[in-house]
Amino acid sequence: MRLVIGLLLSFVIAASIGLGSTWFALTQNLSFGALELGAWKGYPRNGTTGIDPYARAAIARNGELPVGSGDGVGFTAAVDDNGRPLDGRCDVVVRGTTPPARYFTLTLYTPGGQLVANSLDRHGFTSQELVRDASGEFEVTISPRARPGNWLPTGGIESYVLMLRFYDTSLGVATRAGREAPMPAIRSTRTCQ
Amino acid sequence: MIRWLLWIAGGLVLGGIVHLATIMALPRTASRDAYARLAALVPINSFALLPAPTPEGSIVPFMDPAFAVAACRYDLAKGPVKLTVPVSQAYTSVTFYTRYDVAYYAINDRAAGRRIIELDLMTTKQREDLPDDEEVTAADRLIVESPSLTGLIVARAFSPEPSQLPAATAALQAAQCKPQ
Repeated sequence: MRLVIGLLLSFVIAASIGLGSTWFALTQNLSFGALELGAWKGYPRNGTTGIDPYARAAIARNGELPVGSGDGVGFTAAVDDNGRPLDGRCDVVVRGTTPPARYFTLTLYTPGGQLVANSLDRHGFTSQELVRDASGEFEVTISPRARPGNWLPTGGIESYVLMLRFYDTSLGVATRAGREAPMPAIRSTRTCQ
Repeated sequence: MIRWLLWIAGGLVLGGIVHLATIMALPRTASRDAYARLAALVPINSFALLPAPTPEGSIVPFMDPAFAVAACRYDLAKGPVKLTVPVSQAYTSVTFYTRYDVAYYAINDRAAGRRIIELDLMTTKQREDLPDDEEVTAADRLIVESPSLTGLIVARAFSPEPSQLPAATAALQAAQCKPQ
């Protein structure tokens, strides 16, 4: 009798710990080997056969097609440089330069990876569309209301993620520190709707 | 008391095994992975254009709206597949995924170095079986080895401005992947 109860206890613990931690790892997007540059996080290894099992499981679950390493590298940001979650009701400014790449695109998604409806039908910028200042830096204002310059509308959604993708770039699995990869800063301003 | 602690410790160890096993098994059991999502739309050994992402939805999440995208589900069971993708004006890339969505190879227009990306996709076994004559091993023939019999080829053509999207889409319309 004690054996049966012991076995049952073991199995219940095994099932709850095992499945619970798997669920946690997938919903929290736990994967290793992130290349963190400021608020931007990239997973260059996800575009190779060296992808780790956690990232593989997460990609299989959400149905994504990762950017291949010979194609480019993608970085996402869900928070600003101070760690505050990006809020579509506030003004956020993305300013700076980018690492060398033939082209890059900056796109705004819902946390689930869908585009956001807005009156302009604008969902992002390509490197060719951005207006730059004399020093070569660009500034994109992400805001629910129209702004002069490079305005990226949020449609007023509560939370969103930014994705910066570099195509035909030397960035990749071997990239380590920020010096070879200057990323634009993300600042939230206090202007909220 | 000690006996109960042992049962709990055993449960924890088993839980770790369950965790690892489910993580490893998930890519093979996921029913809504990218390959499954494209299966309804994309034929075997032929390209189909994917619908552009809109706020109402996109076939896979995190699609880049600045790209026209075409996909081909390949099947090497009957022999190697020959791939030709015309290069659009700005930037074109081709990425190869296994049946379980691992990106194992990607090439862009500059690396291909021509107006057309042209290559042969085959398994390691099929490559070993190639005759050793000079024509076949000529340097201008690009061969990619697929780790799996089936998988996805995704061609992406960049449109730097929205007005150029039709041209990028037109370039992909001529893309082909078919058995030799």
